[in-house]
Amino acid sequence: MTLELIPPGLALLLGALLIGLVRGALRSVVVLAAPLLTLWMAWQVPDGVAFDIAFLDYRIEPLEGSPVRRLFAIIFALMAFVGGLYAYRHARWHELAAAHAYAAGAIGVCFAGDLITLFLFWELMALTSTFVIWSGSQRRTRSAGIRYAIMHLLGGVILKVGIEGVAVHTGSIDVQAMMVNNFDTAMILIGILINAAAPPVSAWLSDAYPESSPTGSVFLSAFTTKTAVLALILLFPGEPLLVGIGLFMVMYGIIYALLENNIRRILAFSIVNQVGFMVCAIGIGTEMALNGAAAHAFAHIIYKALLFMSAGAVILRTGLNRCSEVGGLFRTMPLTAIFGIVGALSISGFPLTSGFTTKTLISQAAADETLEFTYFTLAAASAGVFLHAGIKFPWFVFFQRDSGLRPKDAPWNMSAAMLIFAFLCILLGVAPDLLYRLLPYPVDYAPYTAGKVLFYLQLLLFSGLAFFLLLPLMKRTETISLDADWLWRVALLGGARAAYAVLRKAGHALEGAVNRVARKLRKLAARHMSISPEDGRSGVFARTWPIGATALWIAVLLTSYVFVYYL
Amino acid sequence: MKAREQSDHWLARPSSVKRIWRAFWGLLALSVAAQLAISIKGHFRVDGWLGFGAAFGFLSCLAMVLAAKGLGYLLKRHERYYDQGEEPADDA
Repeated sequence: MTLELIPPGLALLLGALLIGLVRGALRSVVVLAAPLLTLWMAWQVPDGVAFDIAFLDYRIEPLEGSPVRRLFAIIFALMAFVGGLYAYRHARWHELAAAHAYAAGAIGVCFAGDLITLFLFWELMALTSTFVIWSGSQRRTRSAGIRYAIMHLLGGVILKVGIEGVAVHTGSIDVQAMMVNNFDTAMILIGILINAAAPPVSAWLSDAYPESSPTGSVFLSAFTTKTAVLALILLFPGEPLLVGIGLFMVMYGIIYALLENNIRRILAFSIVNQVGFMVCAIGIGTEMALNGAAAHAFAHIIYKALLFMSAGAVILRTGLNRCSEVGGLFRTMPLTAIFGIVGALSISGFPLTSGFTTKTLISQAAADETLEFTYFTLAAASAGVFLHAGIKFPWFVFFQRDSGLRPKDAPWNMSAAMLIFAFLCILLGVAPDLLYRLLPYPVDYAPYTAGKVLFYLQLLLFSGLAFFLLLPLMKRTETISLDADWLWRVALLGGARAAYAVLRKAGHALEGAVNRVARKLRKLAARHMSISPEDGRSGVFARTWPIGATALWIAVLLTSYVFVYYL
Repeated sequence: MKAREQSDHWLARPSSVKRIWRAFWGLLALSVAAQLAISIKGHFRVDGWLGFGAAFGFLSCLAMVLAAKGLGYLLKRHERYYDQGEEPADDA
């Protein structure tokens, strides 16, 4: 068996196992080496199905390569490496092990040639990411992790129902483009969209991610939603439903992020917003749009992880989670602030950053298809991204007011990880061809024309003006915002409790009634079947009757029987 | 007053903030004025108008902030809202 036949995810899975077994410096070596090995292996995966295994009546294809699969696997492996560098001195060993297995699951999905393999790795991600969340030590970590696990296991069941249906009805388990025209494919789409944090279940993301450890949220930000994006690219390119879902996610993310006070929850809502851009692009479905979705996912993983790293360094050093508690940290955490600002400018799509060279691909695709509403909604959303993440995050954390906090800057390994990703943000902004070359379709697009740059500069600068003029309207309040999860966290819980109370009352009433009837029967029996201890009178069944009376009654009974028989 | 101002980080001094604001206004004006020299070839005609990007950016942000503010009255709850029905808060 040559090296090309080994699925790259195995290296990370092996790493995950080893992390628990070895200690000290050796563990650090494993944490950093396993993702690098995986990265190299992912790069080598050839196009097409490498090998297959017979399983029941199906052909399992654990390793199928294509440009878009490799692109996602490469960024996942890179993410695992830089995330490991960021985390290895601070995260507990089980978080690192879970993160490695989580990344292995994501890479497994990337190269899954059939739906059964895809499902197995999908579930591996659900399980291991729950352990990453549980490695946090926030007050609500435990319950948030349980809610997260329920949502993803439910999504897994729905996905499995769809896969079974497709396998039975079409006989093929290949990962290939499908139409949503029957129950089976609709179930697959719903199962994937749950992982993409699409409405109405977007809340699992903003609920769970901010409750993980400062290092855990960096890993979480990258894998689950982006594997869902890849699955959509492979299975449902050009599904028109996705355009509407994507636009909704884009706006949902902005509005909720604007209302939010928790630093990492702002960034979590912003993931939904960014994934919305990609989902919308997949719905448009042209080569340009799919290129845009893939490129944007690649760039997004880098700058979103960078933002979570910057936030994580602040939380590590201050122990504070809320915008209303921090501020003015640029004085003593200048590096973290600069890296955070680079991430913020990238996510906003400022010219010379990776956000600009990738997001404009999607806008261009919308314009090419003359989707006017989509184009202008995405333009407004680009302004909104600058508003809710691009300025809001760095402003409230690093500037705003002097909170009096003077924490130390990020530890060296965290700074190094942030430096790598900040460098990549700018590199892909300045030399976009490096990324364009890896995209699934040939790119015929020039991001830097004077007109386009000027348009986006106007859009973003005036969004910045709007932010500072409207600051009084955006005063931080120590609140959370209700979401669709209110339906199960409050309404369903309340309904269940009310139903329980009603049933308990009904049970008590029934028990009382039964007891009363039983008491009455006992009294009746006592009266007629026993001899009263007081006056010695016997009940009707307790008396001694003469033989003659008995014989008479038997005769009457037999006569009536004969009479009835011949009637 | 002067001494306190000098002791803080130069970025946080009121005089610097004023200077930054002035530069920002200048940049805003420049970004619109540049359109006289560089034409923006819009995709849908309207987005090629003078200052369209500026107005569109500003107004959509205004709309989004107002929408968020309005929805906030409906959706915002105290941070401990969900704690009441769930496990007891252990740091209370």
